[in-house]
Amino acid sequence: MSPAIQTERLCKQFGTVEALREASLSVAEAELFGLIGADGAGKTTFLRILATLLVPDSGKATMLGLDTVAGYREIRTRIGYMPGRFSLYQDLSVEENLNFFATVFGATVEENYDLIRDIYVQLEPFRTRRAGQLSGGMKQKLALCCALVHRPELLLLDEPTTGVDAVSRQEFWQMLQRLKAQGITILVSTPYMDEATLCDRVAFMQEGRMLAIDTPQGITKLFTRSLFAVQARDRHKLIRALRSYEHARSAYAFGSSVHCTDARNAADPSELAAWLRSRGFDDVTVERIEPGIEDTFMALMEEQPAQSEAGKGDNG
Amino acid sequence: MAEAVIQTEKLTRRFGSFTAVDEISFSVLAGEIFGFLGANGAGKTTAMKMLTGLLAPTSGEATVAGFDVYKQTESIRRSIGYMSQRFSLYDDLTPRENIRFFGGIYGLGSLELREKGERLLESLDLQESADTHLAALPLGWKQKLAFSVALLHEPKIIFLDEPTGGVDPVTRRRFWDMIYQAADSGVTVFVTTHYMDEAEYCDRVSIMVDGRIAALDTPEELKKNFNAETMNEVFIRLARPAKRMDS
Repeated sequence: MSPAIQTERLCKQFGTVEALREASLSVAEAELFGLIGADGAGKTTFLRILATLLVPDSGKATMLGLDTVAGYREIRTRIGYMPGRFSLYQDLSVEENLNFFATVFGATVEENYDLIRDIYVQLEPFRTRRAGQLSGGMKQKLALCCALVHRPELLLLDEPTTGVDAVSRQEFWQMLQRLKAQGITILVSTPYMDEATLCDRVAFMQEGRMLAIDTPQGITKLFTRSLFAVQARDRHKLIRALRSYEHARSAYAFGSSVHCTDARNAADPSELAAWLRSRGFDDVTVERIEPGIEDTFMALMEEQPAQSEAGKGDNG
Repeated sequence: MAEAVIQTEKLTRRFGSFTAVDEISFSVLAGEIFGFLGANGAGKTTAMKMLTGLLAPTSGEATVAGFDVYKQTESIRRSIGYMSQRFSLYDDLTPRENIRFFGGIYGLGSLELREKGERLLESLDLQESADTHLAALPLGWKQKLAFSVALLHEPKIIFLDEPTGGVDPVTRRRFWDMIYQAADSGVTVFVTTHYMDEAEYCDRVSIMVDGRIAALDTPEELKKNFNAETMNEVFIRLARPAKRMDS
């Protein structure tokens, strides 16, 4: 089966900013694929090239087997794209926006209603409200409906859950799972690491490069050092102490504990516990843990030498 | 017991027939990191606007830094710092110009401003980029600068409205290092976030649902009371049954 999305060494430069540096990726049909990375990593540029809105400086991309430059007209009718910034008409109502986008693609809301019903029922009470008057979570749902209303084979979603609360984020991901079950390929970017675990595969992006591409489980295997979860009452003091520990590679707050990476591969948690106790942390507990996606991403980020800290713009 | 720097009593705001904030009563203690959570549309923004003196309440009482939210909004604004992802610094000014501009707005004299500004650029290691347009700086640096600028006039309380949205996990945690530092120096931190792991970093957390405060306690107690492993679970359990449509 040919991949739904394929890119080969995509490069794109804006002035002196290298937004994409040989970004290569392949997404299978009906795959739910996550593009994980911080602001400025190049996610938006990557998605815009795939959406045929930008032309790469070099490299090649195909969508549904069609070249994004030569085949842009056909691609546009067969994919749905939800940009990061709210892009619907603020002074049209919910209903008018939906009808408008359906019409543009030569479709009707009625014929594709089954695809959007789950999402649209939540919007229905506000169908005459202007889109500009909706809250963040509702705007996202409307934007998704508008991207789906022509029944695309492939969806590109640029940070659909940024600024959305935890409950709405959970609902949004449940919708994506249902769309995937109907055979739609989905490429979604997000800055939330916990969402990575909900994808079939993820790519970590940083400074225009794909740092790693794998399943969520596979990604965490890239983390090879010892990782400890450390807990004590005064967390801030604990973090500072851990950062002064000679074997500590990093120490970061993680929920209710602090994750400390030991630079050695097989370090002993009791050694660290004893060291902390000698420094007055009487109530400390140290436990060896398996790394999560966020631990792995942070470790990968720190291993990459910063290329151009100050020169790197926010190309959002 | 530390003094309360924010105190509200049945604070309420209505818009027409809609009650955005419905009789909320709580207090925030000096030097505390207070997490103010809630779903989109739960009433957080309206509550924050009242506490920062930008919106008059419909009824109820509140004092911020000892000043009344009805009559002393000017004094409130002088006693607080504010930073959000949406509103922070000007992209087409340089770091140095932003410091001068916002310091001036916060009422700092030019001599004081120059001194503090230089010290700030030095402590943030921004001297080399001090005269570069802000737009060319990485988001993480901008956020650090915005946070520091909001503290320049030494406010008693700093309000942070989703300060870490969209940044990478390392930068997010470095930002929290700065929050801890500010709290250690006695500044009260009032912070909203959609990252539930950050809720765990707060001393106490309130969760708003449908205009009311549905829960308020330390993260440990909240997790214990809701028999939950994480703050994310606590939040979802409280916020999911919300009646008010997120609109």
